[in-house]
Amino acid sequence: MITEAKCKKIIDLAIAHAGDRVTDMLVTIFEQDQATSRFANNEMTQNVDTSTITVTITINARGRTSFYSTDNTSTRAIKRAVDKAIEIASALPHDSTTLKVLKPCNLTEDVTPKFSRYDPRIAALGPDERLARVKSVVGVARRGRFSAAGIFATYLNTYAIGNSAGLFRFDQQTNVECSITMLSASSSGWQKGFGCSLDAVDPVALAEGAASRARKSRNPVYVRPGEYTVILEPSAVLDLVCFLYDDFTGTEHWYETSSFLKKIGKSVLGDNITITDDANHPLQTGFLFDDEGMNRKTVTIVKDGVLKTPVKSRRSVKYLGGSPTGHGAAPSAAEGEFPMNIVVSGGESSLEEMIASTKRGILLTRVWYVRDVDPNTKLLTGMTRDGTFLVENGKVTRGIKNLRFNQSVIEMLKNVVEIGQPALAAGEETFPAVVPPMKIEGFKFSSRTKA
Amino acid sequence: MNKQLALYALDVAKSLGASYADARLIKTVSETVETRDLFVVYAAENENIGLGIRVMVRGGWGFATARHLTAQGIVFAVTKAVEAAKASSRLLNGRVKLAPEKPHQAVWQSPFNIDPFKISTNDKVSLLLEAEKLMRKTRGVKQTSGLLTFTREKKLFVSTEGSDILQTFLTSGCGIDAQAGVDEHYVRSWPNSFGGQYESAGWEMVKRWDLLGNAQRVAEEAVMVSKARQCPEMVTDVILGASQLALQIHESTGHPTELDRVFGEEENYAGASFLTPDNLNVLQYGSKIVNLTADATVPNALGTFAYDDDGVSGQRVELVKNGLFVGYLTSRETAHELGLPRSGGMMRATGPGFTPLVRMTNVSLEPGDAGTLADLVADTKKGILLDSNYSWSIDDRRHNFQFGTEIGWLIKNGKLSEPVRNPSYWGITTNFWNSCDAICGPSEHVFWGIPTCAKGQPCQAIGTGHGAAPARFKNTKVGVAKPAEDKPKGGAHSKSRSGHHHAKLARHHRHCAGGSK
Repeated sequence: MITEAKCKKIIDLAIAHAGDRVTDMLVTIFEQDQATSRFANNEMTQNVDTSTITVTITINARGRTSFYSTDNTSTRAIKRAVDKAIEIASALPHDSTTLKVLKPCNLTEDVTPKFSRYDPRIAALGPDERLARVKSVVGVARRGRFSAAGIFATYLNTYAIGNSAGLFRFDQQTNVECSITMLSASSSGWQKGFGCSLDAVDPVALAEGAASRARKSRNPVYVRPGEYTVILEPSAVLDLVCFLYDDFTGTEHWYETSSFLKKIGKSVLGDNITITDDANHPLQTGFLFDDEGMNRKTVTIVKDGVLKTPVKSRRSVKYLGGSPTGHGAAPSAAEGEFPMNIVVSGGESSLEEMIASTKRGILLTRVWYVRDVDPNTKLLTGMTRDGTFLVENGKVTRGIKNLRFNQSVIEMLKNVVEIGQPALAAGEETFPAVVPPMKIEGFKFSSRTKA
Repeated sequence: MNKQLALYALDVAKSLGASYADARLIKTVSETVETRDLFVVYAAENENIGLGIRVMVRGGWGFATARHLTAQGIVFAVTKAVEAAKASSRLLNGRVKLAPEKPHQAVWQSPFNIDPFKISTNDKVSLLLEAEKLMRKTRGVKQTSGLLTFTREKKLFVSTEGSDILQTFLTSGCGIDAQAGVDEHYVRSWPNSFGGQYESAGWEMVKRWDLLGNAQRVAEEAVMVSKARQCPEMVTDVILGASQLALQIHESTGHPTELDRVFGEEENYAGASFLTPDNLNVLQYGSKIVNLTADATVPNALGTFAYDDDGVSGQRVELVKNGLFVGYLTSRETAHELGLPRSGGMMRATGPGFTPLVRMTNVSLEPGDAGTLADLVADTKKGILLDSNYSWSIDDRRHNFQFGTEIGWLIKNGKLSEPVRNPSYWGITTNFWNSCDAICGPSEHVFWGIPTCAKGQPCQAIGTGHGAAPARFKNTKVGVAKPAEDKPKGGAHSKSRSGHHHAKLARHHRHCAGGSK
């Protein structure tokens, strides 16, 4: 694990070596130690323990911006990276829109994170401790006569940023992840947990949840595709709502490519939908500063269905006005900004209450392989997976064969009739976020499949 | 490349109790130039080097990466790999066994004519900006972008069985796109969508795909699509353009024939497969004219290599012969499990930081006898030609798929009659392939490269190749995905319409969602 002092030394070395050959420069260091125990068929199939580091030199040489990245942190390699970045920049045309780096005095808030997302217990976890957790999952599987597949993984992430104006940011955090699929001969169930603290993920509870879904969905039946009332568990909500993230960025509004163009101040979603980006939310994960070194501010993007503002980088505010929100992504010209800590506000309904109030509908655990079909309307397609149930007269009655949907996520968020308590949800289409379960009317399924 | 360090890793592994070990010492350099709306938004180079060590102890696997290429760094990594393998060995249904493979000693270089790293950055930038200027001459074009990317990977593979293989891979990619529309935006791209075409080749491929020569047509088609009507919902004969067919092959043939997936090892993420072993040599996967192969030996394709990361030589393997399902993509481990005498050589990892998985090589549809695309269109009384992928989705068993393309052309009486926008088609894999009644000939056959095939946990993105010529599929459901009537006025598409978003995801590996999986 790289130290703060080592990061500072690398950044100072790079900046000193560049000297007055550059107008200004930014250096980022990202290190990740990752360990994953992977299992399938109730046995361990892979067990990996890796470490990677990337040092990225970004230079602005009189309006010419270039990048060079390396995984070599030696003095010679860092100097070479700076020289190479300057060499690349010399071949580029002048860009009058190039921004200067952020000055430390522009940081109006306390730069110290308000709380730690580092759990030393996760950092200390070894293969035997991972094995013990996987064995506990397999134990649940064997007792229920299921076959278990999944992962138990730990991450130790370090991020440091420094620039030629004297800014320096550093943070470390841990993550733990556990994803479990339980399979019977005719059904499957899935659960996934993620968090910064070891206590955030309980493999046995996840295993039992997945087993319960596999048990209840045995011998699934076909249902006719069409419009249904659906109840989405948080992971399913996340993997659909994340397709709006780009539309919530200032750069997409500047480029006139957001689906919500010219809609700021107008109602775009149902009046029961409020979406914020809040890096400081207690359930959230991730670093508290952006790729330019700026503190991530809490931004209300949609309030009661009304689009308030996109997140903005220092670059996009030049064209949109307002203030940067601390969501800049590197490289800024190519990436713009991104909402990394979405929180969808919750309601009062429990999942059980949503089921109880449903005369006929479908309960979805997970969606799969979701893709844009028409970005103009945010029409998405994808499949259900690993726990799809028929709800009849207020009860989950049986499992059903998986279905393909073709559904606009914007329309979906106009048709939410009940909302539950938000949780840190993890899916497969994006990084984890805080979202609630939802009950939605008129969700469109277009076809069915054999499994 | 310090071979002694790699061999030292094997010695350490053996001394710590490994019954088998292999080490991959990999050095990678890459260069990317990306332009958008006449600005250079990304000009970058990257270099990295590392050693991946995979060990087997008491029949269990362990893997670790050495970042510090010193004797101390090697011992640290190998110790971690061995500890992981020991833990694995305590939760096995049976010890892992590998199909036999004789050790190989070889040096191999992927063929190329012009080294792209010797072309100046200035020339690369100039090419993309010139292509953008040409596209922007067409009235109605709102946005343009271009991408060039090049990678050289030098990989040493050594194993405790005596293999000693040095391979050097040169990969090049190029692409442009134009977007048009007033209240809505539509994209056309060249040579392929989502960043362009990728080959195991040099700068000559950039010249061959002629970005400047195609820029104006691409721009005109973007404007044309933006003014076209919505693709009607119907059941009709579909002709898939070669690049779209490549992704169809990838998703509905390549992935379900991965034997680790068949054995359930990908259940939790990428899913399983309907092609279970009881279907081998029994299932009529496609019509009699459908022949699908996995061939790692094709020159210049993205899934080409001499040896895989099991140390097995690259091979040509039949997957579907005259429509019959006859083969799998295999590793030494899965080949042994199925009872095959030898691995097909499909085990690959994404760099030194990942353990190898069963991967597609160049999974291709063999050319047919339907002549050129023009011949095939002329032979079609009523149908639609669909080209350049935009949207792709398939279920976790690989039955139910839905694809969308950038453009569709309605066909009437053997002629392209009218362009349509937002075209999509849907089907069930075996029904679809059994409806194939015509495949164009060798003159239309192209090996398309997909640079970001996602698989595994942690997720790995790797390049695969897919040879395809346009082909016709009878009675296919088209236009199933229709936008709602009440489109948001003033709305536009997200950047995921263009290759720009794809490049962004590939650059940052934020998650594997941007790739195929």
